[in-house]
Amino acid sequence: MALLNIDQIEKYYGNRSSLTKAIDNISFSVDSGEFTAIMGASGSGKTTLLNCISTIDRVTAGHIYLENIDITVLKGKELNKFRREKLGFIFQDFSLLDTLTAYENISLALSIQKIPEKQIDKSVKKVAEQLDISDILQKYPYQLSGGQKQRVASARAIVTNPKIILADEPTGALDSRSAKMLLERFNFLNSEYGATIMMVTHDSFTASYASRVIFIKDGRIFNEISKGSDTRKQFFNKIIDVITLLGGDAGDAL
Amino acid sequence: MLFKISINNIRKSLRDYAIYFFTLVIGVAVFYVFNAINSQTAFLMVSQDTRDIMELLNTMLSGVSYFVSAVLGLLIVYASRFLMKRRNKEFALYLILGMGKSKISAILLAETFIIGIGSLVVGLILGTGASQLMSVLVANLFEADMTSYRFNISAEAIIKTIIYFGIMYVVVMIFNSIMISKCKLIDLMQSDKKSEKMKLKSPAFCTVIFIIAAAALGYAYYRVTTRSEYLSNKILVGMIIVGIISTFLIFWSVSGLLLHIVRSSKSVYFRSLNCFTFRQISSKINTTVMSMTVICLMLFVTICALSSAFSVRNSMNANLNELAPVDFAMNYSEKYDGKIYYTDIFEEYEKAGIDPLENVSEYIHLKCYQTDEFTFADFAGEDILKQLQKISPFLDTSYPEDIVKSSDYNKLAELYGTEKFSLENDEYVLICDFKSMKEIRDHVIANGGEIEIFGQKLKPKYTECQDGFVDIGSQHINSGIFIVPDEIIGNYDLGRDYFIGNYKAETKEEKYAAEEKFEENYKKVFDSVYAGKHADPVETNWYFASNTRIDIAEATIGLGAMAALLGLYVGLVFLISCGAVLALKELSESADSVRRYEILRKIGADEKEISRSLFRQTGIFFLLPMLLAAIHSVFGMKFAMFILEVFGTEKLIGSVAFTSIVVLMIYGGYFLITYFCSLSIIECKRK
Repeated sequence: MALLNIDQIEKYYGNRSSLTKAIDNISFSVDSGEFTAIMGASGSGKTTLLNCISTIDRVTAGHIYLENIDITVLKGKELNKFRREKLGFIFQDFSLLDTLTAYENISLALSIQKIPEKQIDKSVKKVAEQLDISDILQKYPYQLSGGQKQRVASARAIVTNPKIILADEPTGALDSRSAKMLLERFNFLNSEYGATIMMVTHDSFTASYASRVIFIKDGRIFNEISKGSDTRKQFFNKIIDVITLLGGDAGDAL
Repeated sequence: MLFKISINNIRKSLRDYAIYFFTLVIGVAVFYVFNAINSQTAFLMVSQDTRDIMELLNTMLSGVSYFVSAVLGLLIVYASRFLMKRRNKEFALYLILGMGKSKISAILLAETFIIGIGSLVVGLILGTGASQLMSVLVANLFEADMTSYRFNISAEAIIKTIIYFGIMYVVVMIFNSIMISKCKLIDLMQSDKKSEKMKLKSPAFCTVIFIIAAAALGYAYYRVTTRSEYLSNKILVGMIIVGIISTFLIFWSVSGLLLHIVRSSKSVYFRSLNCFTFRQISSKINTTVMSMTVICLMLFVTICALSSAFSVRNSMNANLNELAPVDFAMNYSEKYDGKIYYTDIFEEYEKAGIDPLENVSEYIHLKCYQTDEFTFADFAGEDILKQLQKISPFLDTSYPEDIVKSSDYNKLAELYGTEKFSLENDEYVLICDFKSMKEIRDHVIANGGEIEIFGQKLKPKYTECQDGFVDIGSQHINSGIFIVPDEIIGNYDLGRDYFIGNYKAETKEEKYAAEEKFEENYKKVFDSVYAGKHADPVETNWYFASNTRIDIAEATIGLGAMAALLGLYVGLVFLISCGAVLALKELSESADSVRRYEILRKIGADEKEISRSLFRQTGIFFLLPMLLAAIHSVFGMKFAMFILEVFGTEKLIGSVAFTSIVVLMIYGGYFLITYFCSLSIIECKRK
């Protein structure tokens, strides 16, 4: 059974005189344990799509079901509760609190769920090991490199055991080495712990770490490919082919 | 064009400017109200004496106004510079677009001008309204008649306010222009990129500093409040400096310790948003140690000034009824070359050909006997005298003590409605209500206290001095009178003669009329005594004085009112300044933290939790300086009470309550405004 079910969603911006369809009738579903990438050029609607799934933005029409709950009708407190218990976020700009240490940044996600302190400590240490950041837990964000920051942010996203992890351009602000390291961690989480990850990116290299890539163009699904039994290299080439088809420019193809 | 930009800028940053504008308006209003007292009091029906005191009050108020305008000026310059810093990006944009620095200065000039005019207009309107209330307060303080009251606007005060604030605004304009001409484009553009480094102070070092500061403060408290009478000015100034430095160090160390203390309790620290809340607070205090110190000290001065001013005022008025229970008290004494002469007021009246009992309904004629054989030194005895001279070398110990017959005193007590004393043949009672003298005398009595008068040994009836007095006044200044059995005095008749009594008058008008007649007679008698003394070849030191209840009352009420008004003036201005500085700091902090609250929302924190966190941050930020100021004030007031002892300090509770209400309203008002403004700042970015 599908974990996430997106059912004919639409998202319009603007008013009657100048209407922009950011999302134009998109439907797909994601199974538990899948690592999905959503690709598209700037302005294709991929970030809007992610924002709608993450309840940061509201759809104009259609429904999004997570574990058969329609999240497009949730409001206020229920919405906050849903967000902090079912979803994990990773942002391009890390979104770490600069006044807190790495440890406290991660623990905050648990303490706002009113989880007792003893359990918090155990969970933070465990997730730090998974993301290989145990030795930097007492440092402040300004003392960390971009890659380390993003791994701390990832730890914060998964420490609550969310149903799905949503990542918006997670490698966007990282150098290639840090990006590779982060993505390998994602793969590890996906394969070893069965984490469901959905990642938005315009970078083919980043997308090649996913098991499935959905291409979006002008608010519609343009194509979809699965990794299947391909190696990452082969999958990468396949992605490049689709991008060429998409008319993506060289910059997008890396 | 420039004007349009200025108006739009103000409208855009209305939230930042709200507190600034609010503070300016209150400043203008307070300044106007206190400078308009002159014309507000013109209509009050008061006697000439009171009128004189009001004149003095106005002179003092305008003197204090210089000081107040300096404080307000500093505040305004500080606040405007602070707001300027928040707009660096905007200035950078202007510069990039090719606008000259002089143009930007012109925009700022126009902004200051608009705000200045606006605050003056609103402040003056508010001020004229408030000054009508002030009239009621002033009339109340002076216990004056308000029947001829009418609405009143003081043109003089308006002009003065405009001139003073005009100068302040010009200073602000100059400062702003200097700041703009000095700044560099690159600094302006990168102003918000500076990542604040969290420097954690070593907790051990902080603890050490905290203990040292607390100990130093404790020592200063101790030195100032115990045995205050032996405190020299030098030490006092030293203790004040110690206090200031300790205050700074306490804030410095607490800013480092607070986090460690909360962190040590993991279950508290990791509950809900607590770790975020305390990190925020600690970084706030970290960057504002200096302002915190200044604010704490200003609050301290405010609390002490308000409480002591009103306590002086209330005590003086209350003392009046207790210490001046009759209409007049006259005394006459004469002394030359250590010799005490015989005096009798009634005889002098007769010599002047005036009936002393004219217009007098009830009276007492008594004598405070004095003899060179019984001085303070004799009372204290050699051993204690030596001890006393060591600690207070200036005590005059050769002055003859006052002695009254118990029958005389009991008649007087009957008239005054004070306590009477019955004595055995070998007993005496010492009455004294001047606190520091009472302490010395109690010490003597505790060590035996046996005395010998005219060869008769007497022992104290009580183990300490009793309350009581002979002469009327407005303060507790009876430094000691011995009540002894009548037989001991016998026929001895040297000392100070007293004539005490009430007029034949019931209503206020009758009393004033009787007083006028009485004063006239007294003057005639005085002149006759004066003439007689100068005819005498041996010139003596003589003292012939008359105290009346009406005189005392007017002086008392006037002094009390003056103290209260001056205290209120300085206190209000200080409170506004403290509130405004804290509010501006907190608001800018909130504006800087908007992104942090966005992150909290993204990871799913409840709105309620976020508001609670903000409330705690603002609350603790406002509470900390107040807390230390309150502790300071407990000891500061103890010292102030010692200084103001002669004025009476009995009505302290009421004035402390009054002060608390004033402080709570203004300071609390700033707190609430800050909290709600912060809340809207962190919410506004949310779509």
